[in-house]
Amino acid sequence: MGFIDKNMSVLVYVEQAEGKFKKSVFEAVSYAKAIADQQSTHLTAISIGDVAESELKELGKYGASKVLNVSADQLKTFVNQAYASVIAAAAEKESADIVVLSNSFSGKGLAPRIAVKLKAGLADGAVELPSNDGKFSVKKTAFSGKAFAVTELTSANKVIALNPNAFGVKENATDVTIENFSADIKQSDLGTVIKDIVRATDKVSLPDAELVVSAGRGLKGPENWGMIEELAGLLGAATACSKPVSDADWRPHSEHVGQTGIAISPNLYIAIGISGAIQHLAGVSSSKVIVVINKDPEAPFFKVADYGIVGDAFEVVPKLIEALKAHKG
Amino acid sequence: MKILVCISNVPDTTTKITFTNDNTEFNTAGVQYIVNPYDEIALSRAIELTEGGKGTVTVINVGEATNDPTIRKALAIGADDAVRVNAAPRDAYFVAKQIAEYAKDKDFNLILTGRESIDYNGNQVAAMVGEFLDIPSISIIKKLDVDGDNATVEREIEGGKEVVTVSGKFVASCAEGVAEPKIPNMRGIMSARTKPLTVVDAVSIEEVTKVTKYETPAPRGTVKLIPADQTEQLINLLHSEAKVI
Repeated sequence: MGFIDKNMSVLVYVEQAEGKFKKSVFEAVSYAKAIADQQSTHLTAISIGDVAESELKELGKYGASKVLNVSADQLKTFVNQAYASVIAAAAEKESADIVVLSNSFSGKGLAPRIAVKLKAGLADGAVELPSNDGKFSVKKTAFSGKAFAVTELTSANKVIALNPNAFGVKENATDVTIENFSADIKQSDLGTVIKDIVRATDKVSLPDAELVVSAGRGLKGPENWGMIEELAGLLGAATACSKPVSDADWRPHSEHVGQTGIAISPNLYIAIGISGAIQHLAGVSSSKVIVVINKDPEAPFFKVADYGIVGDAFEVVPKLIEALKAHKG
Repeated sequence: MKILVCISNVPDTTTKITFTNDNTEFNTAGVQYIVNPYDEIALSRAIELTEGGKGTVTVINVGEATNDPTIRKALAIGADDAVRVNAAPRDAYFVAKQIAEYAKDKDFNLILTGRESIDYNGNQVAAMVGEFLDIPSISIIKKLDVDGDNATVEREIEGGKEVVTVSGKFVASCAEGVAEPKIPNMRGIMSARTKPLTVVDAVSIEEVTKVTKYETPAPRGTVKLIPADQTEQLINLLHSEAKVI
Protein backbone atom coordinates (compact mmCIF):
# COMPACT_ATOMS: atom_id res chain seq x y z
CA MET A 1 0.00 0.00 0.00
CA GLY A 2 1.05 3.54 -0.56
CA PHE A 3 0.97 4.69 3.03
CA ILE A 4 3.01 3.59 5.96
CA ASP A 5 1.21 3.74 9.27
CA LYS A 6 3.54 2.74 12.04
CA ASN A 7 0.65 1.98 14.35
CA MET A 8 -0.77 -0.77 12.18
CA SER A 9 0.45 -4.34 12.23
CA VAL A 10 -0.19 -7.77 10.78
CA LEU A 11 -1.75 -10.56 12.84
CA VAL A 12 -1.48 -14.25 11.93
CA TYR A 13 -3.57 -16.97 13.56
CA VAL A 14 -1.47 -20.06 14.23
CA GLU A 15 -3.66 -23.13 14.45
CA GLN A 16 -2.39 -25.89 16.71
CA ALA A 17 -3.26 -29.56 16.59
CA GLU A 18 -2.51 -31.47 19.78
CA GLY A 19 -0.18 -28.71 20.92
CA LYS A 20 1.92 -28.65 17.76
CA PHE A 21 2.12 -26.41 14.72
CA LYS A 22 2.09 -27.97 11.29
CA LYS A 23 4.10 -26.91 8.28
CA SER A 24 1.10 -25.01 6.89
CA VAL A 25 1.18 -22.81 10.00
CA PHE A 26 4.85 -21.93 9.51
CA GLU A 27 3.96 -21.21 5.90
CA ALA A 28 1.17 -18.83 6.96
CA VAL A 29 3.62 -17.10 9.35
CA SER A 30 6.21 -16.81 6.55
CA TYR A 31 3.57 -15.30 4.27
CA ALA A 32 2.28 -12.91 6.93
CA LYS A 33 5.87 -11.81 7.66
CA ALA A 34 6.36 -11.00 3.97
CA ILE A 35 3.20 -8.86 4.09
CA ALA A 36 4.43 -7.14 7.26
CA ASP A 37 7.69 -6.36 5.44
CA GLN A 38 5.73 -4.95 2.48
CA GLN A 39 3.86 -2.72 4.92
CA SER A 40 6.98 -1.83 6.93
CA THR A 41 5.43 -3.12 10.11
CA HIS A 42 5.78 -6.04 12.50
CA LEU A 43 4.05 -9.40 12.77
CA THR A 44 2.16 -10.73 15.77
CA ALA A 45 0.91 -14.31 16.00
CA ILE A 46 -2.03 -15.54 18.06
CA SER A 47 -2.20 -19.11 19.33
CA ILE A 48 -5.25 -20.57 21.07
CA GLY A 49 -5.13 -23.76 23.16
CA ASP A 50 -2.42 -25.68 25.02
CA VAL A 51 0.91 -25.05 23.34
CA ALA A 52 4.26 -25.30 25.11
CA GLU A 53 6.43 -22.17 25.22
CA SER A 54 9.17 -23.94 23.25
CA GLU A 55 6.72 -24.56 20.42
CA LEU A 56 5.45 -20.95 20.51
CA LYS A 57 9.05 -19.74 20.25
CA GLU A 58 9.36 -21.66 16.98
CA LEU A 59 7.17 -18.98 15.41
CA GLY A 60 10.03 -16.48 15.79
CA LYS A 61 12.01 -18.50 13.26
CA TYR A 62 9.57 -17.46 10.57
CA GLY A 63 9.31 -13.82 11.50
CA ALA A 64 6.75 -13.38 14.32
CA SER A 65 8.11 -10.83 16.80
CA LYS A 66 5.31 -11.32 19.30
CA VAL A 67 3.08 -14.26 20.14
CA LEU A 68 -0.22 -13.82 21.95
CA ASN A 69 -0.93 -17.00 23.84
CA VAL A 70 -4.56 -17.76 24.71
CA SER A 71 -4.93 -20.70 27.05
CA ALA A 72 -8.43 -20.22 28.51
CA ASP A 73 -10.05 -23.46 29.68
CA GLN A 74 -13.13 -23.05 27.47
CA LEU A 75 -10.94 -22.77 24.40
CA LYS A 76 -8.84 -25.92 24.76
CA THR A 77 -10.66 -27.41 21.79
CA PHE A 78 -11.88 -25.61 18.71
CA VAL A 79 -15.02 -23.47 19.06
CA ASN A 80 -15.44 -21.61 15.79
CA GLN A 81 -17.46 -18.67 17.10
CA ALA A 82 -15.36 -18.04 20.21
CA TYR A 83 -12.04 -18.43 18.40
CA ALA A 84 -13.18 -15.89 15.81
CA SER A 85 -14.11 -13.44 18.59
CA VAL A 86 -10.76 -13.86 20.32
CA ILE A 87 -8.79 -13.40 17.08
CA ALA A 88 -10.80 -10.29 16.20
CA ALA A 89 -10.23 -8.93 19.73
CA ALA A 90 -6.50 -9.55 19.31
CA ALA A 91 -6.53 -7.72 15.97
CA GLU A 92 -8.13 -4.76 17.72
CA LYS A 93 -5.67 -4.83 20.60
CA GLU A 94 -2.70 -5.02 18.23
CA SER A 95 -4.17 -2.44 15.82
CA ALA A 96 -3.76 -5.07 13.14
CA ASP A 97 -5.46 -4.12 9.90
CA ILE A 98 -4.40 -7.32 8.15
CA VAL A 99 -5.25 -10.76 9.53
CA VAL A 100 -3.74 -13.87 7.94
CA LEU A 101 -4.88 -17.46 8.43
CA SER A 102 -4.13 -20.76 6.79
CA ASN A 103 -6.99 -21.80 4.48
CA SER A 104 -7.41 -25.02 6.45
CA PHE A 105 -10.74 -26.57 7.42
CA SER A 106 -10.79 -24.53 10.63
CA GLY A 107 -9.43 -21.45 8.86
CA LYS A 108 -12.31 -21.64 6.41
CA GLY A 109 -14.73 -21.46 9.33
CA LEU A 110 -12.93 -18.63 11.10
CA ALA A 111 -11.89 -16.24 8.34
CA PRO A 112 -15.42 -15.23 7.25
CA ARG A 113 -16.52 -14.53 10.83
CA ILE A 114 -13.40 -12.48 11.52
CA ALA A 115 -14.00 -10.59 8.26
CA VAL A 116 -17.53 -9.66 9.30
CA LYS A 117 -16.39 -8.61 12.79
CA LEU A 118 -13.70 -6.37 11.31
CA LYS A 119 -15.85 -5.24 8.35
CA ALA A 120 -13.02 -6.56 6.23
CA GLY A 121 -12.78 -7.88 2.71
CA LEU A 122 -11.68 -11.51 2.67
CA ALA A 123 -9.48 -13.21 0.09
CA ASP A 124 -9.65 -16.93 0.75
CA GLY A 125 -7.62 -19.44 -1.22
CA ALA A 126 -4.86 -16.85 -1.71
CA VAL A 127 -1.89 -18.12 -3.72
CA GLU A 128 0.39 -15.06 -3.86
CA LEU A 129 1.41 -12.03 -1.84
CA PRO A 130 -0.85 -8.97 -2.15
CA SER A 131 0.16 -6.52 -4.86
CA ASN A 132 2.29 -3.64 -3.73
CA ASP A 133 0.73 -1.14 -6.16
CA GLY A 134 -1.46 0.70 -3.67
CA LYS A 135 -4.41 -1.54 -4.45
CA PHE A 136 -3.86 -4.55 -2.20
CA SER A 137 -4.97 -7.09 -4.80
CA VAL A 138 -4.68 -10.75 -3.88
CA LYS A 139 -4.60 -13.56 -6.42
CA LYS A 140 -6.87 -16.41 -5.33
CA THR A 141 -8.11 -19.64 -6.85
CA ALA A 142 -11.46 -19.49 -8.64
CA PHE A 143 -13.58 -21.80 -10.75
CA SER A 144 -12.17 -24.76 -8.81
CA GLY A 145 -8.66 -24.40 -10.13
CA LYS A 146 -9.69 -23.57 -13.67
CA ALA A 147 -8.76 -19.91 -13.10
CA PHE A 148 -7.53 -17.31 -10.64
CA ALA A 149 -9.37 -14.17 -9.57
CA VAL A 150 -7.26 -11.13 -8.70
CA THR A 151 -9.32 -9.67 -5.88
CA GLU A 152 -8.78 -6.19 -4.53
CA LEU A 153 -9.59 -5.82 -0.86
CA THR A 154 -11.07 -2.33 -0.82
CA SER A 155 -11.95 -2.19 2.90
CA ALA A 156 -9.62 -0.65 5.50
CA ASN A 157 -9.21 -4.00 7.27
CA LYS A 158 -8.28 -7.10 5.30
CA VAL A 159 -8.36 -10.84 5.95
CA ILE A 160 -6.41 -13.36 3.89
CA ALA A 161 -6.65 -17.16 4.05
CA LEU A 162 -3.57 -18.69 2.39
CA ASN A 163 -3.80 -21.94 0.45
CA PRO A 164 -1.45 -24.65 1.71
CA ASN A 165 1.72 -25.11 -0.40
CA ALA A 166 1.14 -21.82 -2.24
CA PHE A 167 3.90 -19.75 -0.65
CA GLY A 168 6.30 -22.14 1.06
CA VAL A 169 7.99 -21.95 4.43
CA LYS A 170 10.62 -19.21 4.62
CA GLU A 171 12.91 -18.82 7.60
CA ASN A 172 13.34 -15.29 8.89
CA ALA A 173 14.67 -15.49 12.44
CA THR A 174 13.30 -12.77 14.69
CA ASP A 175 13.49 -12.17 18.45
CA VAL A 176 10.13 -13.25 19.76
CA THR A 177 8.29 -12.35 22.96
CA ILE A 178 5.39 -14.37 24.30
CA GLU A 179 2.49 -12.64 26.02
CA ASN A 180 -0.55 -14.18 27.63
CA PHE A 181 -3.72 -12.82 26.13
CA SER A 182 -7.11 -13.18 27.74
CA ALA A 183 -10.14 -11.93 25.89
CA ASP A 184 -13.66 -11.86 27.29
CA ILE A 185 -15.49 -14.96 26.14
CA LYS A 186 -19.23 -14.63 25.71
CA GLN A 187 -21.31 -17.64 26.76
CA SER A 188 -23.24 -17.32 23.50
CA ASP A 189 -19.97 -17.86 21.59
CA LEU A 190 -19.64 -21.35 23.05
CA GLY A 191 -22.64 -22.95 21.34
CA THR A 192 -20.77 -25.80 19.68
CA VAL A 193 -19.18 -28.60 21.69
CA ILE A 194 -16.71 -31.15 20.34
CA LYS A 195 -17.71 -34.64 21.46
CA ASP A 196 -15.04 -36.58 19.67
CA ILE A 197 -12.02 -36.10 17.43
CA VAL A 198 -11.08 -38.93 15.10
CA ARG A 199 -7.69 -38.64 13.46
CA ALA A 200 -6.08 -41.22 11.24
CA THR A 201 -2.62 -40.73 12.71
CA ASP A 202 -0.88 -43.16 10.37
CA LYS A 203 -1.90 -41.26 7.25
CA VAL A 204 -0.70 -38.03 5.68
CA SER A 205 -3.51 -35.47 5.55
CA LEU A 206 -4.53 -34.77 1.97
CA PRO A 207 -5.21 -31.00 1.92
CA ASP A 208 -1.70 -30.04 3.03
CA ALA A 209 0.20 -33.03 1.65
CA GLU A 210 3.31 -32.26 -0.41
CA LEU A 211 3.08 -35.53 -2.30
CA VAL A 212 -0.14 -37.22 -3.40
CA VAL A 213 -0.78 -40.61 -5.01
CA SER A 214 -4.23 -40.77 -6.59
CA ALA A 215 -6.08 -43.52 -8.39
CA GLY A 216 -9.22 -43.89 -10.44
CA ARG A 217 -11.56 -46.36 -12.03
CA GLY A 218 -8.63 -47.96 -13.86
CA LEU A 219 -7.91 -49.78 -10.60
CA LYS A 220 -11.07 -51.85 -11.18
CA GLY A 221 -12.05 -52.27 -7.53
CA PRO A 222 -11.32 -51.24 -3.92
CA GLU A 223 -9.45 -54.51 -3.31
CA ASN A 224 -6.67 -53.26 -5.59
CA TRP A 225 -5.72 -50.21 -3.51
CA GLY A 226 -2.99 -52.11 -1.65
CA MET A 227 -0.33 -51.09 -4.16
CA ILE A 228 -1.54 -47.46 -4.10
CA GLU A 229 -1.24 -47.41 -0.29
CA GLU A 230 2.18 -49.03 -0.53
CA LEU A 231 3.45 -46.50 -3.07
CA ALA A 232 2.05 -43.62 -0.99
CA GLY A 233 3.58 -45.09 2.16
CA LEU A 234 7.03 -45.32 0.56
CA LEU A 235 6.83 -41.72 -0.66
CA GLY A 236 5.29 -40.36 2.53
CA ALA A 237 2.41 -39.23 0.34
CA ALA A 238 -1.30 -38.85 0.97
CA THR A 239 -3.76 -40.96 -1.02
CA ALA A 240 -6.52 -39.48 -3.15
CA CYS A 241 -9.05 -40.66 -5.71
CA SER A 242 -11.32 -39.56 -8.54
CA LYS A 243 -15.05 -38.88 -8.22
CA PRO A 244 -16.33 -42.20 -9.69
CA VAL A 245 -14.22 -44.02 -7.13
CA SER A 246 -15.65 -42.17 -4.13
CA ASP A 247 -19.15 -42.29 -5.63
CA ALA A 248 -18.83 -46.09 -5.80
CA ASP A 249 -17.66 -46.08 -2.16
CA TRP A 250 -14.37 -47.71 -3.08
CA ARG A 251 -12.69 -44.90 -1.17
CA PRO A 252 -13.97 -42.30 1.36
CA HIS A 253 -15.36 -38.98 0.09
CA SER A 254 -12.58 -37.17 1.95
CA GLU A 255 -10.14 -38.53 -0.67
CA HIS A 256 -12.07 -37.19 -3.65
CA VAL A 257 -10.13 -34.46 -5.44
CA GLY A 258 -11.64 -32.49 -8.27
CA GLN A 259 -14.12 -29.73 -8.92
CA THR A 260 -16.74 -31.09 -6.54
CA GLY A 261 -14.22 -32.67 -4.18
CA ILE A 262 -11.27 -30.83 -2.74
CA ALA A 263 -8.73 -28.81 -4.68
CA ILE A 264 -5.11 -29.53 -3.85
CA SER A 265 -1.75 -28.10 -4.89
CA PRO A 266 0.93 -30.59 -3.85
CA ASN A 267 4.49 -30.57 -5.16
CA LEU A 268 3.85 -33.93 -6.82
CA TYR A 269 0.58 -35.48 -7.95
CA ILE A 270 0.71 -39.03 -9.33
CA ALA A 271 -2.51 -40.00 -11.14
CA ILE A 272 -2.97 -43.70 -11.76
CA GLY A 273 -5.81 -45.02 -13.90
CA ILE A 274 -7.52 -41.60 -14.02
CA SER A 275 -8.48 -40.41 -17.50
CA GLY A 276 -8.49 -36.71 -16.57
CA ALA A 277 -12.02 -35.35 -17.00
CA ILE A 278 -12.17 -31.53 -16.87
CA GLN A 279 -13.78 -31.69 -13.41
CA HIS A 280 -10.90 -33.77 -12.06
CA LEU A 281 -8.22 -31.60 -13.66
CA ALA A 282 -9.79 -28.52 -12.07
CA GLY A 283 -8.95 -29.82 -8.61
CA VAL A 284 -5.34 -30.78 -9.30
CA SER A 285 -4.09 -28.44 -12.00
CA SER A 286 -2.16 -26.27 -9.56
CA SER A 287 0.00 -29.24 -8.53
CA LYS A 288 3.62 -28.34 -9.24
CA VAL A 289 4.52 -31.65 -10.96
CA ILE A 290 2.00 -34.10 -12.41
CA VAL A 291 2.76 -37.72 -13.28
CA VAL A 292 0.16 -39.71 -15.19
CA ILE A 293 0.08 -43.49 -15.49
CA ASN A 294 -2.64 -44.69 -17.84
CA LYS A 295 -2.97 -47.50 -20.36
CA ASP A 296 -4.85 -45.25 -22.78
CA PRO A 297 -2.33 -43.03 -24.64
CA GLU A 298 -5.25 -40.74 -25.61
CA ALA A 299 -6.26 -40.07 -21.99
CA PRO A 300 -6.73 -36.28 -21.67
CA PHE A 301 -4.68 -36.27 -18.48
CA PHE A 302 -1.46 -36.68 -20.51
CA LYS A 303 -2.05 -33.20 -21.98
CA VAL A 304 -1.54 -31.54 -18.60
CA ALA A 305 1.08 -33.94 -17.25
CA ASP A 306 4.80 -33.29 -16.84
CA TYR A 307 5.74 -36.98 -16.92
CA GLY A 308 3.74 -39.90 -18.25
CA ILE A 309 3.86 -43.64 -18.55
CA VAL A 310 1.53 -45.34 -20.99
CA GLY A 311 0.91 -48.74 -19.46
CA ASP A 312 -1.29 -50.95 -17.35
CA ALA A 313 -1.37 -49.78 -13.73
CA PHE A 314 -1.21 -53.38 -12.53
CA GLU A 315 2.17 -53.78 -14.24
CA VAL A 316 3.59 -50.28 -13.87
CA VAL A 317 2.81 -49.57 -10.20
CA PRO A 318 4.55 -52.69 -8.78
CA LYS A 319 7.61 -51.84 -10.90
CA LEU A 320 7.48 -48.26 -9.71
CA ILE A 321 7.39 -49.51 -6.11
CA GLU A 322 10.45 -51.68 -6.80
CA ALA A 323 12.30 -48.80 -8.43
CA LEU A 324 11.47 -46.53 -5.52
CA LYS A 325 12.69 -49.10 -3.00
CA ALA A 326 15.93 -49.39 -4.97
CA HIS A 327 16.26 -45.59 -5.09
CA LYS A 328 15.80 -45.33 -1.34
CA GLY A 329 18.37 -48.09 -0.91
CA MET B 1 -38.67 -27.39 11.67
CA LYS B 2 -37.98 -24.52 9.29
CA ILE B 3 -34.86 -24.83 7.16
CA LEU B 4 -33.36 -22.18 4.90
CA VAL B 5 -31.03 -23.43 2.15
CA CYS B 6 -28.82 -20.92 0.35
CA ILE B 7 -28.22 -21.75 -3.29
CA SER B 8 -25.81 -20.38 -5.87
CA ASN B 9 -26.31 -20.31 -9.61
CA VAL B 10 -23.02 -21.59 -11.07
CA PRO B 11 -21.64 -22.71 -14.45
CA ASP B 12 -22.07 -26.43 -15.16
CA THR B 13 -19.04 -28.46 -14.03
CA THR B 14 -18.07 -29.28 -17.63
CA THR B 15 -17.79 -25.58 -18.55
CA LYS B 16 -14.57 -24.44 -20.14
CA ILE B 17 -13.80 -21.25 -18.25
CA THR B 18 -12.88 -18.22 -20.38
CA PHE B 19 -12.94 -14.48 -19.83
CA THR B 20 -13.80 -11.40 -21.85
CA ASN B 21 -13.26 -7.66 -21.74
CA ASP B 22 -9.50 -7.87 -21.19
CA ASN B 23 -9.92 -10.72 -18.71
CA THR B 24 -12.06 -8.67 -16.37
CA GLU B 25 -15.33 -10.56 -16.86
CA PHE B 26 -16.34 -14.19 -16.93
CA ASN B 27 -17.45 -15.16 -20.44
CA THR B 28 -21.04 -16.33 -20.00
CA ALA B 29 -21.59 -17.08 -23.69
CA GLY B 30 -22.96 -20.58 -24.15
CA VAL B 31 -22.60 -21.40 -20.45
CA GLN B 32 -25.21 -23.69 -18.88
CA TYR B 33 -26.04 -22.86 -15.28
CA ILE B 34 -26.85 -25.31 -12.52
CA VAL B 35 -27.60 -25.33 -8.81
CA ASN B 36 -24.17 -25.38 -7.16
CA PRO B 37 -23.56 -29.14 -6.57
CA TYR B 38 -22.75 -28.73 -2.87
CA ASP B 39 -25.90 -26.67 -2.37
CA GLU B 40 -27.82 -29.58 -3.87
CA ILE B 41 -26.39 -31.80 -1.14
CA ALA B 42 -27.52 -29.28 1.50
CA LEU B 43 -30.97 -29.04 -0.10
CA SER B 44 -31.32 -32.82 -0.31
CA ARG B 45 -30.53 -33.19 3.40
CA ALA B 46 -32.98 -30.41 4.27
CA ILE B 47 -35.70 -32.24 2.33
CA GLU B 48 -34.90 -35.52 4.11
CA LEU B 49 -35.08 -33.80 7.51
CA THR B 50 -38.49 -32.26 6.81
CA GLU B 51 -40.15 -35.10 4.89
CA GLY B 52 -43.53 -36.36 6.07
CA GLY B 53 -44.79 -33.04 7.36
CA LYS B 54 -41.91 -32.52 9.78
CA GLY B 55 -41.15 -29.08 8.44
CA THR B 56 -40.56 -26.81 5.48
CA VAL B 57 -37.61 -25.96 3.27
CA THR B 58 -37.13 -22.48 1.80
CA VAL B 59 -34.37 -21.85 -0.72
CA ILE B 60 -32.81 -18.42 -1.04
CA ASN B 61 -30.69 -17.06 -3.85
CA VAL B 62 -29.11 -13.65 -4.30
CA GLY B 63 -29.21 -12.87 -7.98
CA GLU B 64 -31.01 -11.41 -10.92
CA ALA B 65 -34.08 -12.76 -12.71
CA THR B 66 -31.86 -14.83 -15.03
CA ASN B 67 -31.31 -17.13 -12.02
CA ASP B 68 -34.98 -18.12 -11.85
CA PRO B 69 -34.59 -21.38 -13.85
CA THR B 70 -31.96 -22.53 -11.34
CA ILE B 71 -34.24 -21.60 -8.46
CA ARG B 72 -37.11 -23.53 -10.10
CA LYS B 73 -34.78 -26.52 -10.33
CA ALA B 74 -34.32 -26.34 -6.55
CA LEU B 75 -38.10 -26.22 -6.15
CA ALA B 76 -38.38 -29.24 -8.46
CA ILE B 77 -35.93 -31.14 -6.26
CA GLY B 78 -38.34 -30.55 -3.39
CA ALA B 79 -38.00 -27.16 -1.68
CA ASP B 80 -41.37 -25.78 -0.59
CA ASP B 81 -40.83 -22.18 -1.55
CA ALA B 82 -38.13 -19.83 -2.75
CA VAL B 83 -36.87 -16.31 -2.23
CA ARG B 84 -34.68 -14.35 -4.60
CA VAL B 85 -32.94 -11.23 -3.35
CA ASN B 86 -32.92 -9.14 -6.47
CA ALA B 87 -29.31 -7.99 -6.91
CA ALA B 88 -26.15 -8.99 -8.72
CA PRO B 89 -24.17 -10.98 -6.13
CA ARG B 90 -21.12 -8.76 -5.63
CA ASP B 91 -19.17 -10.96 -3.26
CA ALA B 92 -19.76 -13.38 -0.37
CA TYR B 93 -19.93 -10.54 2.14
CA PHE B 94 -22.74 -8.93 0.16
CA VAL B 95 -24.58 -12.24 -0.35
CA ALA B 96 -24.28 -13.25 3.31
CA LYS B 97 -25.58 -9.85 4.45
CA GLN B 98 -28.64 -10.19 2.18
CA ILE B 99 -29.38 -13.70 3.45
CA ALA B 100 -28.95 -12.63 7.08
CA GLU B 101 -31.24 -9.62 6.55
CA TYR B 102 -33.91 -11.89 5.13
CA ALA B 103 -33.52 -14.59 7.78
CA LYS B 104 -33.19 -12.45 10.89
CA ASP B 105 -36.91 -12.28 11.75
CA LYS B 106 -38.07 -15.53 10.08
CA ASP B 107 -37.17 -17.97 12.85
CA PHE B 108 -35.39 -20.62 10.78
CA ASN B 109 -34.11 -23.48 12.95
CA LEU B 110 -31.35 -24.30 10.56
CA ILE B 111 -29.60 -22.52 7.69
CA LEU B 112 -27.63 -24.67 5.26
CA THR B 113 -25.26 -23.89 2.39
CA GLY B 114 -22.91 -25.96 0.27
CA ARG B 115 -19.28 -26.17 1.39
CA GLU B 116 -18.29 -23.72 -1.33
CA SER B 117 -19.56 -22.47 -4.65
CA ILE B 118 -17.73 -24.03 -7.56
CA ASP B 119 -17.24 -20.65 -9.24
CA TYR B 120 -15.60 -18.32 -6.73
CA ASN B 121 -14.73 -21.14 -4.34
CA GLY B 122 -15.45 -19.03 -1.33
CA ASN B 123 -16.28 -20.93 1.77
CA GLN B 124 -17.55 -17.76 3.23
CA VAL B 125 -21.32 -17.38 3.12
CA ALA B 126 -22.26 -19.88 5.87
CA ALA B 127 -19.88 -18.50 8.49
CA MET B 128 -20.64 -14.89 7.52
CA VAL B 129 -24.40 -15.50 7.86
CA GLY B 130 -23.67 -17.05 11.27
CA GLU B 131 -21.70 -13.98 12.29
CA PHE B 132 -24.30 -11.49 11.02
CA LEU B 133 -27.00 -13.39 12.94
CA ASP B 134 -24.70 -14.06 15.94
CA ILE B 135 -25.39 -17.81 15.90
CA PRO B 136 -22.94 -20.73 15.61
CA SER B 137 -21.65 -21.80 12.23
CA ILE B 138 -20.00 -25.10 11.39
CA SER B 139 -18.05 -25.28 8.18
CA ILE B 140 -17.62 -28.28 5.89
CA ILE B 141 -19.75 -30.92 7.51
CA LYS B 142 -20.00 -34.52 6.31
CA LYS B 143 -22.93 -35.66 8.41
CA LEU B 144 -25.94 -33.89 9.92
CA ASP B 145 -28.44 -35.38 12.36
CA VAL B 146 -31.12 -33.35 14.08
CA ASP B 147 -33.04 -34.44 17.18
CA GLY B 148 -35.51 -31.77 18.26
CA ASP B 149 -33.51 -28.73 19.31
CA ASN B 150 -30.18 -30.58 19.27
CA ALA B 151 -28.02 -31.47 16.33
CA THR B 152 -24.95 -33.63 15.89
CA VAL B 153 -22.66 -32.97 12.97
CA GLU B 154 -19.39 -34.36 11.74
CA ARG B 155 -16.97 -31.72 10.59
CA GLU B 156 -14.03 -32.40 8.35
CA ILE B 157 -10.55 -31.65 9.74
CA GLU B 158 -7.11 -32.38 8.26
CA GLY B 159 -6.69 -36.13 8.37
CA GLY B 160 -9.89 -36.88 10.24
CA LYS B 161 -13.13 -35.54 11.62
CA GLU B 162 -14.65 -33.84 14.64
CA VAL B 163 -18.02 -34.81 16.06
CA VAL B 164 -19.71 -31.60 17.18
CA THR B 165 -22.99 -31.03 19.00
CA VAL B 166 -24.97 -27.83 18.91
CA SER B 167 -28.27 -26.69 20.43
CA GLY B 168 -30.62 -24.15 18.95
CA LYS B 169 -30.25 -22.29 15.69
CA PHE B 170 -27.09 -22.63 13.64
CA VAL B 171 -25.65 -22.42 10.15
CA ALA B 172 -23.68 -25.20 8.46
CA SER B 173 -21.96 -25.66 5.10
CA CYS B 174 -22.42 -29.14 3.66
CA ALA B 175 -19.95 -31.37 1.82
CA GLU B 176 -20.29 -34.81 0.27
CA GLY B 177 -21.60 -37.40 2.68
CA VAL B 178 -24.36 -35.23 4.19
CA ALA B 179 -26.89 -36.56 1.67
CA GLU B 180 -27.14 -38.12 -1.75
CA PRO B 181 -28.19 -35.38 -4.18
CA LYS B 182 -31.85 -35.81 -5.09
CA ILE B 183 -32.91 -35.80 -8.72
CA PRO B 184 -36.18 -34.04 -9.53
CA ASN B 185 -39.01 -36.33 -10.63
CA MET B 186 -41.80 -35.41 -13.05
CA ARG B 187 -44.18 -34.46 -10.22
CA GLY B 188 -41.54 -32.23 -8.73
CA ILE B 189 -40.88 -30.53 -12.05
CA MET B 190 -44.61 -29.93 -12.61
CA SER B 191 -45.22 -28.58 -9.11
CA ALA B 192 -42.11 -26.36 -9.22
CA ARG B 193 -43.88 -24.08 -11.70
CA THR B 194 -46.53 -23.11 -9.21
CA LYS B 195 -44.55 -23.07 -5.95
CA PRO B 196 -44.06 -19.55 -4.54
CA LEU B 197 -40.95 -17.64 -5.61
CA THR B 198 -40.84 -14.33 -3.78
CA VAL B 199 -38.59 -11.55 -4.98
CA VAL B 200 -37.27 -9.13 -2.35
CA ASP B 201 -35.09 -6.04 -2.61
CA ALA B 202 -31.49 -6.02 -1.52
CA VAL B 203 -30.20 -3.91 1.34
CA SER B 204 -27.26 -1.67 0.60
CA ILE B 205 -23.86 -2.51 2.04
CA GLU B 206 -20.37 -1.12 1.68
CA GLU B 207 -18.06 -2.76 -0.85
CA VAL B 208 -15.20 -4.75 0.69
CA THR B 209 -13.79 -6.68 -2.29
CA LYS B 210 -13.64 -6.26 -6.03
CA VAL B 211 -12.37 -8.73 -8.63
CA THR B 212 -10.16 -6.68 -10.92
CA LYS B 213 -8.87 -9.38 -13.25
CA TYR B 214 -9.00 -13.09 -14.00
CA GLU B 215 -6.09 -15.28 -14.98
CA THR B 216 -5.95 -18.82 -16.27
CA PRO B 217 -3.25 -21.27 -15.13
CA ALA B 218 -0.05 -21.22 -17.19
CA PRO B 219 -0.04 -24.10 -19.68
CA ARG B 220 2.38 -26.90 -18.97
CA GLY B 221 5.07 -28.00 -21.41
CA THR B 222 4.72 -31.20 -23.38
CA VAL B 223 4.55 -34.37 -21.34
CA LYS B 224 7.78 -36.34 -21.07
CA LEU B 225 6.85 -39.97 -21.77
CA ILE B 226 8.79 -42.75 -20.11
CA PRO B 227 8.65 -46.37 -21.33
CA ALA B 228 6.53 -48.58 -19.07
CA ASP B 229 9.42 -50.90 -18.30
CA GLN B 230 11.74 -48.09 -17.19
CA THR B 231 10.08 -46.92 -14.00
CA GLU B 232 13.51 -46.27 -12.45
CA GLN B 233 13.93 -43.51 -15.04
CA LEU B 234 10.78 -41.83 -13.72
CA ILE B 235 12.10 -42.02 -10.16
CA ASN B 236 15.40 -40.48 -11.31
CA LEU B 237 13.63 -37.64 -13.13
CA LEU B 238 11.42 -36.91 -10.13
CA HIS B 239 14.51 -36.89 -7.93
CA SER B 240 17.08 -35.01 -9.98
CA GLU B 241 15.09 -33.01 -12.55
CA ALA B 242 11.77 -32.15 -10.86
CA LYS B 243 13.37 -32.38 -7.38
CA VAL B 244 10.12 -33.40 -5.74
CA ILE B 245 11.26 -36.67 -4.13
